[in-house]
Amino acid sequence: MFKKIIKFYIDGFRSMASWGRTLWIIILVKLFILFFIFKLIFFKDTLNTRYDTDSERAEHVIDQITK
Amino acid sequence: MVENIDLSLVDWSRAQFALTAMFHWIFVPLTLGLGFIVAFMETIYVKTGSQEWKRITKFWMNLFGINFAIGVATGIILEFQFGTNWSNYSWFVGDIFGAPLAIEGIMAFFMESTFIAVMFFGWDKVSKKFHLTSTWLTAIGANLSALWILIANAWMQNPVGMKFNPETARNEMVNFWDILFSPTAVNKFLHTTTSGFVLASVFVVGISSWFLLHKRNQLFAKKSIVVGSAFGLIATIMVIFTGDGAAKDIAKHQPMKLAAMEGLYQGESGAPLMIYGFLSGSDEERLKEPSEDNFIVNIPVPGMLSFLANGDFSSYVPGIRDMLYGNEKQGILSFEERIKRGHIAQETLKEFKTAEKNNNTAEYNSLKEKFEDKEWLNTYMKYFGYGTYYDPDPQKLEANVLELVPPVTIAFHSFHIMVGLGTLFVLLFILLLFYTMKNKIENVKWLLWIALWSIPLAYLAQQTGWLVAEVGRQPWVIQDMMNTRMAVSQIETSSVQITFWLFAITFVGLAIAEAKIMLTQIKKGPKEGGQ
Repeated sequence: MFKKIIKFYIDGFRSMASWGRTLWIIILVKLFILFFIFKLIFFKDTLNTRYDTDSERAEHVIDQITK
Repeated sequence: MVENIDLSLVDWSRAQFALTAMFHWIFVPLTLGLGFIVAFMETIYVKTGSQEWKRITKFWMNLFGINFAIGVATGIILEFQFGTNWSNYSWFVGDIFGAPLAIEGIMAFFMESTFIAVMFFGWDKVSKKFHLTSTWLTAIGANLSALWILIANAWMQNPVGMKFNPETARNEMVNFWDILFSPTAVNKFLHTTTSGFVLASVFVVGISSWFLLHKRNQLFAKKSIVVGSAFGLIATIMVIFTGDGAAKDIAKHQPMKLAAMEGLYQGESGAPLMIYGFLSGSDEERLKEPSEDNFIVNIPVPGMLSFLANGDFSSYVPGIRDMLYGNEKQGILSFEERIKRGHIAQETLKEFKTAEKNNNTAEYNSLKEKFEDKEWLNTYMKYFGYGTYYDPDPQKLEANVLELVPPVTIAFHSFHIMVGLGTLFVLLFILLLFYTMKNKIENVKWLLWIALWSIPLAYLAQQTGWLVAEVGRQPWVIQDMMNTRMAVSQIETSSVQITFWLFAITFVGLAIAEAKIMLTQIKKGPKEGGQ
């Protein structure tokens, strides 16, 4: 069953039209840009990066939302 | 207080979020609607066994695939931004947002990715019925994915089913079903998804019209127009009904948004609905210099706004000034009073945290009781977000009140453009159906041109719809509880500017790729076997 499913996907990719292959390249490049460039370099979780404990995070947020 | 906050950081963070959300929303509505249209077409193919319907199904399925592939994962950037640019907000709502988004992630991955593969790879490899089931499940799965993010958005417009925990500064879910079935969530889901059906229908009839105008694939085009315009007509009627439900919900939970949508500065009984109009002066001038008439020109329908808001032609609809300065007769609390109450709630939270730090158990327990007392919550905590605008100087406080009014001009025009285009689409679908059934559609060139040029108009209607929903509720991120200034992270404005432009470049690249691949496939037209 598992082999059949894998074969189904492999055959599908093999018989794909050229525009389908272009789309897959776009998807892979996009995912690389999103997860390996944007997420890792630019979009770090602000609270998790700056504070070690939930209590410190809560204190910071309370300070921010009540100033 | 207001002057402590870097407004350029707030504005750039908002601009980045708006850019991403608007770009993401170019792809989503077409996926939501085209999935069902393709499923209907394939159902006809399976029922009739007609190869022409298989060809039609495959052509539109390919366009669905292109749109899906380019749009997939563009929404994930919004989640990146929550953690980086809007970390206070993310913390504040974490538990409420976490559940729907996790369900969305799991459902989207398993349903869409599995069945989309069968849709595209499964022709001639699985049975007709299994393939058809996969197509339907892809369409249903895409719409169910949208359900969860729309529930999260609806909760921000009308926060229900949660309890604020002052120890963690987080809202905790107490009733999932209240969140799932809140009238705001039900209306938002139905209105948004059905509007996606309308866009997809316009897309189908518009492209089919292009084929007719070029005298190509006429049978294919006519059959596509029948499915597209019938589905579009039903969807537009659903949009009108769900829009009516949404308006009543807005009147109840976000009256300021409704007043901004209609440019209603002074409330009245039997309030008119504007067919269209042009507001005089700027938003700021209209607030600072009250006038009897705020329009240069307008076409009002007497009593209609009252009916739209409350189901009663003579009912009272509060205007912007009623909310800013209060209206005792109508039981409307002024924003100044709300700010004072919000300030008390914020001060109480600060005192609670100090008591916790100093191990002052008596004070701690006494303050904690307040956060569990329904009356205190309803009197003060309900207005928590307003506290940001507090200032002990009465003159500054009076000036701060005006900052709680959303951009009226944007909300007004967005709302009226959306409604106007929706009405145009009803007429378009009726006329297309009429002439196609009469078998004269290829001769009605003006209608075919209108259908073709309605494609960008349908996208405009989608974007203006979100402008009404999101700009109309400013400055609130969570209605009355958290404004944009409270929600934003303390990060460098320049870093938000850099990522804004990086996104803009990436999005332009993706949009060009989508347009190029899509147009190439459309120009090729449907071929035998659809490939």
